[in-house]
Amino acid sequence: MAKTLFDKVWDAHVVKQLEGNIDVLYIDRHLIHEVTSPQAFAELENRNLPLFRKDQMVATPDHNVPTENQHLPIKDALSKHQVDTLIENCEKFNVELYGLGHPFQGIVHVIGPELGVTLPGRTMVCGDSHTSTHGAFGAIAFGIGTSQVAQVMASQCLLQTRPKTMRITVNGELPTGVLAKDIILYIIAQLTAAGGTGYFVEYAGSAIESLSMEARMTICNMSIEMGARGGMIAPDQTTFDYIEGREFAPQGEEFEKAVAYWKTLKTDEGASFDKEYTYEAADIAPMITYGTNPGMGIKISGNVPDKLGEGSQDSFRKSLDYMGFNPGESLLGKEVNWVFIGSCTNSRIEDLRIVADYVKGKRKADGVNAMIVPGSKQVEKQAIAEGLDKVLTEAGFVLREPGCSACLGMNEDKVPAGEYCVSTSNRNFEGRQGPGARTLLASPLVAAITAVEGKIVDISKHLN
Amino acid sequence: MEKFSRIVSTAVPLPNEDVDTDQIIPARFLKATSREGFGDNLFRDWRYNNDNTAKADFVLNNPTYSGQVLVAGRNFGCGSSREHAAWALFDYGFRVVVSSFFADIFKGNALGNGLLPVQVSDEYLAALIAAVKADPETEVTVELQAQTISFNGNEASFEVNAYKKECMLNGYDDIDYLVSIKDEIEAFEASAITI
Repeated sequence: MAKTLFDKVWDAHVVKQLEGNIDVLYIDRHLIHEVTSPQAFAELENRNLPLFRKDQMVATPDHNVPTENQHLPIKDALSKHQVDTLIENCEKFNVELYGLGHPFQGIVHVIGPELGVTLPGRTMVCGDSHTSTHGAFGAIAFGIGTSQVAQVMASQCLLQTRPKTMRITVNGELPTGVLAKDIILYIIAQLTAAGGTGYFVEYAGSAIESLSMEARMTICNMSIEMGARGGMIAPDQTTFDYIEGREFAPQGEEFEKAVAYWKTLKTDEGASFDKEYTYEAADIAPMITYGTNPGMGIKISGNVPDKLGEGSQDSFRKSLDYMGFNPGESLLGKEVNWVFIGSCTNSRIEDLRIVADYVKGKRKADGVNAMIVPGSKQVEKQAIAEGLDKVLTEAGFVLREPGCSACLGMNEDKVPAGEYCVSTSNRNFEGRQGPGARTLLASPLVAAITAVEGKIVDISKHLN
Repeated sequence: MEKFSRIVSTAVPLPNEDVDTDQIIPARFLKATSREGFGDNLFRDWRYNNDNTAKADFVLNNPTYSGQVLVAGRNFGCGSSREHAAWALFDYGFRVVVSSFFADIFKGNALGNGLLPVQVSDEYLAALIAAVKADPETEVTVELQAQTISFNGNEASFEVNAYKKECMLNGYDDIDYLVSIKDEIEAFEASAITI
């Protein structure tokens, strides 16, 4: 029978099936960080359970770490306690930890792929909803709660109902200035923040196939923002080329064998999905969000809608009140004081190159705080090797050290109440970047141009 | 996990749609290393001003409404996978959340923590919110065994996975079961694709 990519990977990991349509799903790799793991380690200890497969875990602190002076002790006592707890737990349970200062440290969803831990056909989980990122390699990867983190620690398995499948096809060539972030913001704006709930998504079509691995990760990363547990893209030569030679990837003959297997990981002709959507790349333009969920996105040169097509108008008005926008208005010309380039969505070397390429020889507008936070130590190192740090500094950007940073404002990196921030992150929820902060999600290119102009502009008139 | 069988309680209406887990418990309150005490910061930024005084217009600060049942707008619990959202609701005292649609990860987290997500139709949800607003003493009855919810004689059934239902009725956690099938998991590992 013709199978989807999702079916192939899922079926290869079912240990057994239980009544009530529940599968015992085997998990190949488990990523952990300081925020959602302490209670899971405590649960193992309370139940006197050993860690089942410590070698299939990767640990790093990211959510709560400062992005300045990482060589110094963490100032915030609670953050320090949480990061210290991760260190203690990893020592106690003998888990490999890429702590602060380690050359592999970074945002979990950035380091997994760059270390070759993320591979096609694998199942991967993490106590973080953006685990969907790893699906860019043709892995089944999804976020879990802390109780499930404990379950994977204790058994390397999870009890899961099989999600429905959705295919989103994007055909054609992307217009100039349109990046992967615009594709996914466009899709979420079409499907709403709940449109993918209950589904696992496969992204396909010539526009997706033409993307780099970094760009594919940006797309899969935001699958959760339409409610989907995960997103996947069939592995191809772009994928294999990215993986080859990475630290923990198969090497030599093993790599060749792996590639032969990975080539089978694609949706068979005639396989059916529970839902299908098709879009034309030519219809996609640079995007920006105007509201308080990622489904509230518009073309940057478009207008805020007068009302929502479906859903509560009260929630719509509350959202616009929070953002300080009016129904029907254009965002062009709105002053912006903060620009954040970072997060598991857009903090990879390619994102930094896009920003550096645009701002080279330019200067950020006065009054704009432009923060750029690389996703990992390896990204930071590469950026410095390419001289991007100098370009960015000369343009008035501040290059920080790796972490989740102002995406969720757990550390000191926050946007003040009432201020607008054009952000390359994934969530524009109320207070996400700090209490009262107003977030506008956009691509790294839109963010870079906004920093230089100090306001929202129609970027088609500003491309290099 | 605490056992759940039947709840009879007044309800708290929160009709907002797309309530994300950052609203339920903002990230800056996720620094704890234990599961307890998150209820104090439930809906923190909707509930309190920056100077920690209560916002009078938020429903949790309105003494008219109380109870173990939260009645919320559609797509409740979207966003981050933080289980702290379910812990915060439970710690505050809620045992049931009623909505017309739940985000996946939140739903799973709630079921694993003795907090029952009850999904009803948009019409039923609207009627329930209207009833609670008209009379805050309105009692809502939720029966897990029968999978029914009712108020003022208006009954509806809801779905819950059979396995999860057994776990909630008996207070079992998934981890108990998974550890019990260790031999089968090891046998699977021996036969599985190892790339």
